[in-house]
Amino acid sequence: MIGLTHYLAVSAILFTLGVLGIFLNRRNIILMLMAIELILLSVNINLVAFSAFLGDLTGQVFAMFVLTVAAAEAAIGLAILVIFFRRRGSIAVDDVNRMRG
Amino acid sequence: MIAILAFYLFATLTIASAVLVIFARNPVHSVLWLIMAFFNAAGLMLILGAEFIAMLLVIVYVGAVAVLFLFIVMMLNIDFAALRSGFTRNLPFGLMVALVLLAEIIVAVSAWKAGPVTGGAQPAATTQPNIEAVGELLYTRYLFPFEIAGLILLVAMIGAIVLTHRRRADVRGQKVWKQVDRRPEDAIRNMQPTVGEGVKL
Repeated sequence: MIGLTHYLAVSAILFTLGVLGIFLNRRNIILMLMAIELILLSVNINLVAFSAFLGDLTGQVFAMFVLTVAAAEAAIGLAILVIFFRRRGSIAVDDVNRMRG
Repeated sequence: MIAILAFYLFATLTIASAVLVIFARNPVHSVLWLIMAFFNAAGLMLILGAEFIAMLLVIVYVGAVAVLFLFIVMMLNIDFAALRSGFTRNLPFGLMVALVLLAEIIVAVSAWKAGPVTGGAQPAATTQPNIEAVGELLYTRYLFPFEIAGLILLVAMIGAIVLTHRRRADVRGQKVWKQVDRRPEDAIRNMQPTVGEGVKL
């Protein structure tokens, strides 16, 4: 029988892969955004699994809100990426120091 | 039996696709693997009985977000080979961080004793489909967060347009105000030419 632990394991592995992706592709911001999407996906799996096994639909409602925020974040992130590319001609993010932050 | 088989199929494919998202050489392939991962995660959620979230995942992630990624990857002329230069240098540190994180999550999950979780216990409302139940909750108790979610999407949409919009000098667009502003006395002259003088050369 598939229990809650199985889903949590899948979610944990997916989360770890997302973090690994951020660390590995530190120059490529598109892949970093994709890794963030993977992390949010793992969070969604977690929320839905708990919602199903505890018999409470609140988790699914919150998964929907996470989805909303993920979509908004991807849109804004890619828009920033596009204007950055227009100005610099590259998307290498390890030398982003125009704001001297 | 079929549920167990389906779970392992979807779980394996989700994780394998996630690995390929990270390690694919071509970013276009990465996006395609991301779509594969989303589809399989939607399958996992279908097994759990969360049909609404599963469909939302397919529509929003695959239909909107992944296609947006695909557009950006194909639109920008990026030298991706140069961007991979730090890959092997970051590999040991990244793997270490990932393993530590995984160990922490496993410890946290195995220490989780918040309450009894009965395996496979479905919500009490078995007669009501999942989508109806979620909708009822969304439009009553979570109405305010739902509206705020809509507002966030509106802000994101306007923000993306404002950020990427630019006025181009080399495009001759229609100037409506100029057309509307034009009066007959600016454009038309009344003449009374005599014979043979109608045309000036």
